[in-house]
Amino acid sequence: MAEHVSLNNGPRPQRSPAEKESLRRYWRSNLRIMAVLLAIWFVAGLGCGVLWADSLNQFTLPGTAFPLGFWFAQQGSIVVFVVVILVYCLMMNRLDRKHHDELVRIRKEEGR
Amino acid sequence: MSIGLWTVVFVGGSFALYLAIAWWARVRDTKGFYVAGRGVPASANGMATAADWMSAASFISMAGLISTMGYAGGVYLMGWTGGYVLLALMLAPYLRKFGHFTVPDFVGDRYDSNVARLVAVICALFISFTYVAGQMRGVGVVFSRFIEVDINTGVIIGMAIVFVYATLGGMKGITWTQVAQYWVLITAFLIPAIAISIMLTGAAVPSVGLGGNLRPELVDGQTVSLLGKLNQIQADLGFSSYTDTFTGSWDKANVFFVALALMLGTAGLPHVIVRFYTVKTVKAARWSGFWALLFIALLYVTAPATAAFARYFMIQSLNGKTAEQLPSWFHNWEKTGLILWVDNGDGVVRYSAGDDNEIFRSGMLSKTELSDLMVANQKWIETGGAEGADARVILREKKLSGPDIDIIVLATPEMAKLSNWIIALVAAGGLAAALSTASGLLLVISSSVAHDLYYRVLNPKATEQQRLLVGRSVIGVAVVIAGIFGIYPPGFVSQVVAFAFGLAAASFFPAIVLGIFTKRVGTVPAICGMAAGIGFTAWYIIACVFFGMAPWTFGIFPSGINPQGIGVIGMFLNLAVTLGLTPLFPAPSAKVQEMVDSVREPEDAGSAVEIETAPEH
Repeated sequence: MAEHVSLNNGPRPQRSPAEKESLRRYWRSNLRIMAVLLAIWFVAGLGCGVLWADSLNQFTLPGTAFPLGFWFAQQGSIVVFVVVILVYCLMMNRLDRKHHDELVRIRKEEGR
Repeated sequence: MSIGLWTVVFVGGSFALYLAIAWWARVRDTKGFYVAGRGVPASANGMATAADWMSAASFISMAGLISTMGYAGGVYLMGWTGGYVLLALMLAPYLRKFGHFTVPDFVGDRYDSNVARLVAVICALFISFTYVAGQMRGVGVVFSRFIEVDINTGVIIGMAIVFVYATLGGMKGITWTQVAQYWVLITAFLIPAIAISIMLTGAAVPSVGLGGNLRPELVDGQTVSLLGKLNQIQADLGFSSYTDTFTGSWDKANVFFVALALMLGTAGLPHVIVRFYTVKTVKAARWSGFWALLFIALLYVTAPATAAFARYFMIQSLNGKTAEQLPSWFHNWEKTGLILWVDNGDGVVRYSAGDDNEIFRSGMLSKTELSDLMVANQKWIETGGAEGADARVILREKKLSGPDIDIIVLATPEMAKLSNWIIALVAAGGLAAALSTASGLLLVISSSVAHDLYYRVLNPKATEQQRLLVGRSVIGVAVVIAGIFGIYPPGFVSQVVAFAFGLAAASFFPAIVLGIFTKRVGTVPAICGMAAGIGFTAWYIIACVFFGMAPWTFGIFPSGINPQGIGVIGMFLNLAVTLGLTPLFPAPSAKVQEMVDSVREPEDAGSAVEIETAPEH
């Protein structure tokens, strides 16, 4: 990993317009990642596990004897939840790094 | 060696380990005491969170609940894991960036009001005491079942152990003890589950075995799936199908609401949220959310498998058997009253959902009441119904049909014919689950009183030593109160747990989410919203549970909403009131807006409160 430069200079640094823009984009990406993952959380847990469980129960999970709705309620949803958080960690930590580097670059360019 | 001796070895050994960890992790400052010096690695924090979260109820009772509920048992599985997604995505990283000690801290600072802080303190205390009472009772019950000591002695031993490691090490001691407790409890849960899975299906992974076929030699050489066979047996005996959705009172609306209320409540429980304050960085807070759910999932995907295996095995080894054919595990657990056989005189066991059922549990009946009942039943059989009484009818009227749900986990090792030391390990696992949750809750109680109430409101000039002393004393007092609850359990503990989740869902969850994701919501709307959410939820639960009010259908649902699921409505009410009032009141101060901004920035982009001044950062 590249050398980590701390961006802390005092209690509340004054943000330049470029910095503000970078932070705004960071927050929007953050919200987008969150919205998509929460949608998956809802579909897998409350959707497949509850709302559509009766219809899904007509099918079985291929290669097993699990009725599909039952499987989502007692196994599948939990597995999806773990994967959702894993993906969130990976994406958000990458986003943090990207914007950290961007902020460092902006400050260098603005000579601060 | 006998089971009793092995239990003493395992329980004594694990307690010695916890005390040794406590001595090693003792602390001298409030930061160590409340947030473990923020020095806990993500994976260790994940294990500690998992142990904190999985209580005596998860370990001992949940698999049993699922085995009687079938599909609908999924509400607990989904509810108690799905909440972690909300927690990890919507709360944990931001609260870590905010970087104080407790949940009321965030509510009080974000809404810039000591009233809001106080409301949060009261909720935190109520939720924690509700929970901790059940844990202390659990400690006593495990002791009395596995070692020949009285329940009350068991509670006192548990109190003493928790008292030592919680006051000595605070959050640091509790965290590292919980890491050890996680391994004890997960090993104790998985070994019997794997053994019974291999015995019935041949699959070493219980989750695979659950969807697999029964061993051919168990079903006359045929190829039959476990779940298919279980459904067929359930139907033959009059029970509702195991895998079918929405049977009985568990219709779609209720399954949905209860699952969602448990998720929202999980995300709002203070003893889980504070765990994310103990890690070094925001990145570590995210990772510990992942580790926590991964470690929790190990138990939660295994529990439904244990539930179905034990259900199948129990029915097969009891129904239609004569006294001589009954297995030894039945006789062992019959002594505890968790399972009873009340014969109708033909000498053959019937286990069914109908009037001919002969399998019961003793519930809260005393030993004399029970033996009187059995004598009356014997007389009834001998005189052909002229004298005595049919105990089956009496027990059925007392709603004691079927075995106690706890037997599913407790008797599985014996059903799977495992050696005595594994049965003893289950005792140590149950104790680890109860103690780890109790200690996490006690710390929340301590921090709510000593930090939020004493330091932030009553005496802001208190020195570090004074605060630490108050913190330790409060834990001491809380342990004693919890112990008293354990010795004299209020009869309504199980119903009150619905309260804890409902209140967490209706108060903390929306207040924190709005605090992070909107900058406009100010003090008055937030307090009104919390009051409306808590007020409605509390009123509905009290009215339904204690005053027999018929659950509401809200005009749109086919049946009334179970009090366990009402937290969802409470949360939406909170959101509606808060957002509805917001335009009428001023926006928060510039200082608060700046705080929200700093919480939303990527890590290390400057100025998240307090973290930057932390020496090890």
